[in-house]
Amino acid sequence: MRYSVFSVLGQALRGQRDWKPQWRDAAPRTEYDVVIVGGGGHGVATAYYLAKEHGITNVAVLEKSHIGSGNVGRNTTIVRSNYGLPGNIPFYEQSMKLWESLEQDINYNAMVSQRGVLNLYHSDGQRDAYARRGNAMRMAGIDAELLDRDGVRAMVPFIDFDNARFPVKGGLLQRRGGTVRHDAVAWGYARAADQRGVDIVQNCAVTGIRRDNGRVVGVETSRGFIRAKKVALSVAGSTSLLASMVDMRLPIESHVLQAFVSEGVKPLIDTVMTFGAGHFYVSQSDKGGLVFGGDIDGYNSYAQRGNLATIEDVMEGGMALWPGLGRLRLLRHWGGIMDMSMDGSPIIDRTGIDGLYLNAGWCYGGFKATPAAGFCFAHLIARDAPHADAAAYRLDRFATGHLIDEKGMGAQPNLH
Amino acid sequence: MTTITLRRSEAGTAAVSPGRNQAFRTATGGLINRQRPLDFSFDGVRHLGFEGDTLASALLANGVRLVGRSFKYHRPRGILSAGSEEPNAIVELRTGARREPNTRATVAELYDGLEAQSQNRWPSLKYDALAVNAFAAPVFAAGFYYKTFMWPAAFWEKFYEPMIRRAAGLGRAANAPDPDTYDKAHAFCDVLVIGGGPAGLSAALAAGRSGARVILVDEDHQLGGRLLSERREIDFRSGADWAQEAVAELESMSEVRILSRTTLFGVYDHGAYGAVERVSDHLAVPSAHAPRQRLWRITAKHAVLAAGAIERPHIFGGNDRPGVMLAGAVRAYLNRFGVLPGRRVAIFTSGDDGWRTVADVAAAGGQVVAVIDSRSSVSPNLRREAEAVGARVIAGGYVSGTKGHLALKAIDVVDTYGSSETIACDCLAMANGWNPIVHLDSHLSRRPVWNEVIQAFVPGALPSGMAAVGASAGRLTLAECLKTGAQAGAEAALALGFAAAARDTLKTDPEGIAHTPLWRVAKPKGKAFVDFQNDVAASDVELAHREGFRAIEHLKRYTTLGMATDQGKTSNLAGLSIMAELTGQAIPSVGTTVFRPPFTPVAIGAFAGHHRGKEFRATRHVPSHAWCEEQGAVFVETGLWLRPAYFPVAGENDWMQTVNREVNTVRSKVGVCDVTTLGKIDIQGRDALALIERACANPFGTLAVGKARYAVLLREDGFVMDDGTIARMSDTHFVMTASTANAAKVMQHLEFCHQWLWPDLDVQMVSISEQWAQYAVAGPHARDTLRDVIDPGFDIGNEAFPFLACADVTVGGGIPARLFRISFSGELAYELAVPAAYGDAAWRAIMQAGSQYGITAYGSEALSVMRIEKGHAAGAEINGQTTARDIGLGGMLAKKKDYVGRLLKERPALTDPDRPILVGFHPVDPAQRLRAGARFLAVGASPSLEADEGYMTSVAYSPSLGHWIGIGLIRRGPKRHGERVRAYDPVRSADIEVEICSPVFVDPKEEKLRV
Amino acid sequence: MRIRCSHCGERDNGEFSYLGDATLARPDGMEADAAAMYDYVYLRDNLAGEHRELWYHGAGCRAWLVVTRDTRTHTISDVSPARDVARTRRTGEAA
Repeated sequence: MRYSVFSVLGQALRGQRDWKPQWRDAAPRTEYDVVIVGGGGHGVATAYYLAKEHGITNVAVLEKSHIGSGNVGRNTTIVRSNYGLPGNIPFYEQSMKLWESLEQDINYNAMVSQRGVLNLYHSDGQRDAYARRGNAMRMAGIDAELLDRDGVRAMVPFIDFDNARFPVKGGLLQRRGGTVRHDAVAWGYARAADQRGVDIVQNCAVTGIRRDNGRVVGVETSRGFIRAKKVALSVAGSTSLLASMVDMRLPIESHVLQAFVSEGVKPLIDTVMTFGAGHFYVSQSDKGGLVFGGDIDGYNSYAQRGNLATIEDVMEGGMALWPGLGRLRLLRHWGGIMDMSMDGSPIIDRTGIDGLYLNAGWCYGGFKATPAAGFCFAHLIARDAPHADAAAYRLDRFATGHLIDEKGMGAQPNLH
Repeated sequence: MTTITLRRSEAGTAAVSPGRNQAFRTATGGLINRQRPLDFSFDGVRHLGFEGDTLASALLANGVRLVGRSFKYHRPRGILSAGSEEPNAIVELRTGARREPNTRATVAELYDGLEAQSQNRWPSLKYDALAVNAFAAPVFAAGFYYKTFMWPAAFWEKFYEPMIRRAAGLGRAANAPDPDTYDKAHAFCDVLVIGGGPAGLSAALAAGRSGARVILVDEDHQLGGRLLSERREIDFRSGADWAQEAVAELESMSEVRILSRTTLFGVYDHGAYGAVERVSDHLAVPSAHAPRQRLWRITAKHAVLAAGAIERPHIFGGNDRPGVMLAGAVRAYLNRFGVLPGRRVAIFTSGDDGWRTVADVAAAGGQVVAVIDSRSSVSPNLRREAEAVGARVIAGGYVSGTKGHLALKAIDVVDTYGSSETIACDCLAMANGWNPIVHLDSHLSRRPVWNEVIQAFVPGALPSGMAAVGASAGRLTLAECLKTGAQAGAEAALALGFAAAARDTLKTDPEGIAHTPLWRVAKPKGKAFVDFQNDVAASDVELAHREGFRAIEHLKRYTTLGMATDQGKTSNLAGLSIMAELTGQAIPSVGTTVFRPPFTPVAIGAFAGHHRGKEFRATRHVPSHAWCEEQGAVFVETGLWLRPAYFPVAGENDWMQTVNREVNTVRSKVGVCDVTTLGKIDIQGRDALALIERACANPFGTLAVGKARYAVLLREDGFVMDDGTIARMSDTHFVMTASTANAAKVMQHLEFCHQWLWPDLDVQMVSISEQWAQYAVAGPHARDTLRDVIDPGFDIGNEAFPFLACADVTVGGGIPARLFRISFSGELAYELAVPAAYGDAAWRAIMQAGSQYGITAYGSEALSVMRIEKGHAAGAEINGQTTARDIGLGGMLAKKKDYVGRLLKERPALTDPDRPILVGFHPVDPAQRLRAGARFLAVGASPSLEADEGYMTSVAYSPSLGHWIGIGLIRRGPKRHGERVRAYDPVRSADIEVEICSPVFVDPKEEKLRV
Repeated sequence: MRIRCSHCGERDNGEFSYLGDATLARPDGMEADAAAMYDYVYLRDNLAGEHRELWYHGAGCRAWLVVTRDTRTHTISDVSPARDVARTRRTGEAA
């Protein structure tokens, strides 16, 4: 059933009786043209664009748990395309454009909210670094504004301007940035892919990748062997574990990133704001909770939880920036497992094994990339050639030195 | 620590009933102090309560049932519980900057002058305009917003979203700086006991008696847990009296610490626990110097989870009506607070323990109108007791719906034959079994397991060093609580080597726990709520099922079940049970829900502690700070350092004027700058040179004793990590500097090189950044100035002490010091290091000595101007993305030694001749200003990523040249001197032509340096 | 998280900073090749399970430590001074 105000009203009168499952809970068939491993946002988006853009519909998305059970439902929902390096800029802007038309495209309200992303700066050096980035964005036709202190004050008058340890001097603003209801992205893409014939297979864990003569022929799963012409890995957080099935070592470490939500309150802040002198960024969900986060805990982890030192660090940043937060209460904190890559940027590439494709290394930027990652990964799988906007995300760039290191932190994943 | 304790015997005898109303207060009884009436207001109406009340009990005492409005439908809501699980009775507590939205009235201690307001209603709680939402409820089903609000696309941000956001969100935050302070404390113990009910007290006693160090944490202000709310007996005393004796004994033990009003909110790795103590929340404002709350980080060798259990509501139509309460809460209000939650009470139970309410209501003077037990077979004894107080007993029946608008007036009851009737009552007590509090053990990613006997989840396998006891382990009887608590406390102490012995089992009065949960009634009349606060009804769970959201996480996220401020404490299992029924599975097959910390919401201020405002992070002062302040210097934050940026003097009204004077003075006379912030590392040992050789990219083998050399360090990936100088003080002794920003990083890296990469090297190093003050004295009169500072006998003339010389000297008559002839400014310059304790004196001595030459102090701004005039790379150029070649240092890299970064710097992309390389820039029109961050593109090219050729890294107004200068990275830069390009800076609306030149703008032949 | 520093005893993890995999050995010397160095700098096993890793006790004794920790549960089974581990390993390689 197409979603619209009419179907909603119609079903209200009919006691909501006629709604159908948003996607079929498909049982796996024995063979597919493409098997996508991982039913997160990227996986279902890839399936959707394979079907929509390339007409490839004999596709299964295999998810070990349920759709959207990983990072797509654990992030802080921010979308933006305020990157500074040429390898990233066109890709994230493509993603931003796809966000802007997503709901009409997939007929699902993911609440894309372009409320702006404001990165604060606290020193002349930071200002110039943001100018460098903002200018690069503007050269690529992306909106970017460098605000001074008064410009910031007009947007977020409640932050500490007068007694701050690191006074706010201004900010880099991308007005088109904002937030998106994260779960809805996974569900909306899953539904849209399903409608185009893709099998969404839940509770199906991949336990092995079968090869024949150096070419992938399928995957072993908890629900039996599934033959596939092409296998595409889209399992951020667990990429190395899947790669180890084909004896592949990757420039990736798995780290835990914590996220936080406060109790719901009436509207307080209507933009996304990041602190430039501590690890803290915040926005407010439509439901009223402040959603915030900070830095990764900093050690390899597959446990979806972090520790107190990081939690306190984040809250200290929050109170330093916004002393009105004191009496608001933290409602919940949780952790997600990030594919931290060696230069802080992702990998969308072939693997050296015929028929095996890799979408990985998203660090904590994966959510905002969902549409473009799906779009570009689908292109790579369908055409066996990278999409122009993701051409820099090569696996061999670490060997050649074509790194995409926005922060300049080098080959140390926990610093990105 | 003393715990405020109210004894039933003392407080209960005073039958004073002072003043305003309290019409529902019982004549006697309760753990309240009737001698201490407290004045409070709710929605502007003043009431009286007593010391020992919560806001909820005081409201009930005054007959206030309607306390709030629900999230989505704005349905009237009252008080469901008497504890921290409360989903409905949430209010805005206090006013102004202290306003606390979403505060649970059931745990807010009453204080004199308390002000509370209902929330999420307009214009008033009774007449809430958005209650019309209830009529639109058929539309507002779970997830409806995912299906609409999509047309037209532009309307989302402008119209739909603001409307939704205004409607959502419950209470209003203060959003003014929090006027109160917060504290942080660390504590360590052998045995941490979480929960001060019968199980926890028993555990703490058993462990405490052995001499083990015990911390007992309880969220209530009075220990005893449910003993305070039930009329129970332990060893022939009332349970509350027993609890009080236990507390007294614990307080007498020197190794036991009781933290009441403290919530253990989170369990973290390796025995780390987070707790928040509400030091002052029971007061109108904190006492002088007392924090509002204190965050405890507790490290415990063993923990005993004795957190209790939460009662389950029944799912039937209109189960959210004010007056419908948990049976245990009804008993709490009766027994602990001396409040009748209603005068005509009906009881809806699915187990024996609900029947306990009968006698309690009767004893408090209320009337039990009916007991509806969903089980068809009820013990004759229970039936007899109920009938004895005049209650009707309906076995095998259920409550299907409720009547009343803002408060309960009657219930619809369906009997075992299916016929229904309406029974008038003003309070309905629900008893549907208890869910052990498994939250804390699931914080470590442990899944609870299903217990068939009590039909609830109980903790699964716990990590070693953790035990669950009493109700939180599913041992629901009082006897079991006492027994399992004592056992676990003793076992924990024994395991840690303390001689603990279990005592005799305590005698308790009999109790029945037979129970057959009724997950939802067959035919509800009206909306049957599962999650009260988020307005998730059973029909929403059905819809989720219909739409395929059957995994428990899908159910939660799609319907928002369990996502409200109570985090589903009363709703999660109910939702799970309905999904189990719909999918034809057993409850544990559907799933368990993972409870995330914190157990109850914790103020953000408590986590931050004193880390706010200027105290957010430590402030490091340079040794000359006092002098700089005296001079009215303007400071700038540089990492944790506060550095003097410039020193305005009378008549200067513009920072640039000041900086220009400082630069001109240095270049023509002499200036002094505090460079203590540089990292300083002392490296000694037979293999000190070997370590330096491997860590640095340029060669040091030829560095003679008494000489210093510029040093560049690469990361192993071939990019520049940092630069500095290394001075050889003796054969085996080197002093190295690193940049201010990278001081700690370089130290850590060198330790890594030594301890991990080359552990056999005989070398030791230590950071001396704090221990040595260091001052750059620069300018034509630098030597003249220093001659008067350094003790006679040290020849610092150009021949004896040439450029790049270094030596140990003394100042002030024998104070050890180090002198380096190094220059960042390009002038004749020295850096003098003295022990930090002499830093202030040495600085003043330099100023004194230089006064005859017109010395100026110069700050980080002038320092930066001069380094740009000299084309020296600094933080903006060494930004982690540049190679040594990029910043013009390619020529100095060693060829004949292995060092960190040697191999990977040769990767194709790093040696690409097309890479941007550091050069200088000046504006074609000398009147124009340059800005760092501007991008370079060819004159006439239209801006695009492809046209981008690099960017400006640093700029300054050069007083020496009289115009702006800059350095930056541009493709093939050194080959393009004289070429003009655009410096494109759209974010600052600038776009000017600049000419590429050498990055060395002043004294390119370095003549001033070596004189 | 609590780490039992070989020199200082058990401390909060906030006192330490993390580097990563401690099973990797730097290809030393002029004869080392770029491929081996690439492998050392960039490729990781990234194990889900017992992981030997380097931590630096920066807010304490400044020792580098080799911590053996399960990345699924965070359980730490061993902490040793990195220098001792490195020397033992070198001896092992030489033998």
